[in-house]
Amino acid sequence: MATKTGVPTAAPAKAASLSNEEVLRYSRHLIMPEVGMEGQLKLKQAKVLCIGAGGLGAPLGLYLAAAGVGRIGLVDFDAVDFTNLQRQVLFGTSDVGQPKISAAADRLRNLNPEIQIDTFETHLTSENALDILKDYDIVVDGTDNFPTRYLVNDACVLLGKPNVYGSIFRFEGQITIFGYPDGPCYRCLYPEPPPPGLVPSCAEGGVLGVLPGIVGTIQACETLKLIIGKGQPLIGRLLLFDALAMKFRELKLRKNPECPVCGEHRTITKLIDYAEFCGVRGEEAPTTVTNIPEITPRELKTRLDRGDDLFILDVREPHEYQICNLNGHLIPLGELSRRVHELDSSREIVAHCRSGKRSAEAVDFLRKAGFRKIWNLKGGILAWSDDVDPKVPKY
Amino acid sequence: MAVKVIIPTPLRAYAGKQESVEVQAATVGEALSGLTSKFGDLKKHLFTEEGKLRSFVNVYVNDEDIRYLQKDQTQVREGDTISIVPSIAGGISAK
Ligand SMILES: [Zn+2]
Repeated sequence: MATKTGVPTAAPAKAASLSNEEVLRYSRHLIMPEVGMEGQLKLKQAKVLCIGAGGLGAPLGLYLAAAGVGRIGLVDFDAVDFTNLQRQVLFGTSDVGQPKISAAADRLRNLNPEIQIDTFETHLTSENALDILKDYDIVVDGTDNFPTRYLVNDACVLLGKPNVYGSIFRFEGQITIFGYPDGPCYRCLYPEPPPPGLVPSCAEGGVLGVLPGIVGTIQACETLKLIIGKGQPLIGRLLLFDALAMKFRELKLRKNPECPVCGEHRTITKLIDYAEFCGVRGEEAPTTVTNIPEITPRELKTRLDRGDDLFILDVREPHEYQICNLNGHLIPLGELSRRVHELDSSREIVAHCRSGKRSAEAVDFLRKAGFRKIWNLKGGILAWSDDVDPKVPKY
Repeated sequence: MAVKVIIPTPLRAYAGKQESVEVQAATVGEALSGLTSKFGDLKKHLFTEEGKLRSFVNVYVNDEDIRYLQKDQTQVREGDTISIVPSIAGGISAK
């Protein structure tokens, strides 16, 4: 259930005017004609929902709060962990272990006590999404997974709300605005998600810490422009950003007449089961392959200790090998098919990666290629660190 | 015709880590098959087993989506840029 806590439900005080403190606080807005008093009052009356209080949500929340958006809703269920601090600038080291939502709300209230922060410490689901979204004018999607992306999209289309979209991978970002009646939606662009496992997630692929800062800030900028009604919004335009090349490119997005949710002959008229739609079974969907022979870290340790002749195959990337390794032979998953000749199918092979996901694919591939004496290290090097050797760092 | 194909970050691992690849082609279809014959590992990421472009991968010639042109029959000209743009979900990424 959505729990709504924080500032009492009293309507924002006198939305139609600014106090002297507010005039001072927003003076750099008020003195520019593109915002002015009119724009600042629109900001004060605006209600924006941020889905995800993480890498994208951090700059987004900070800039929306600083700009004086009168009511900001935050939806997140995670706790702050150490790996978040590299990019999620809403949080400090002392917040580790705390719910993101409360740390974020505290930070934003401290930044701007004039505004209302609503907190929803919950996963967004098909059951609660329409209820949570309905009170807001604009939804900003800063989530990290496909089921929630499609859920947010469909809910926005059904409710007729703009959806300011941003997503990131390593050093590349995508930003656009979905959900306008004449503009495209996420499904117009991508009717279906990739099957789990085919595209690496951020947790596997990594992300340059500043990238969500840039992409989230662009989302904030587009949100503020929508509210004050100035400039050319990113509707029907997909902005691609490559931080390494430091290049922005823009592609045209069109409304797909055959779109299942916003097209003329729409087939989706209510929220569906998004986990099922995205092929995700349960909370964690570690792998797309099944029936993979596995060995636990403890079993592997026992066999190595007694001197069994095991060949350790590490299918991670070279830069991951440098962080920590089990002295394995390194062949990144992406190179496996053309480097298969480096492996001896008559030997016993244990494949591993960071978490056991990529190596499961490797084992599946090698079994299809005729390897019979091969196992996947269950839980990967993370489990090895937990169960066998805590000196191996987790990343 | 020499055209440039821009490889998106998530797929660079399957394309020799390159940001872009130049191929000779007269249509988008030819360009993509030229690309996948050079980099076999890319194929399953771009196409289904029936050889259809996957629904989470869009292809653009310059800034136009080929779904609104002539799809894989879309003609390309010397110097055109083909972009492969897959959906990426990333955002907060905690785990
Ligand atoms: Zn649509």
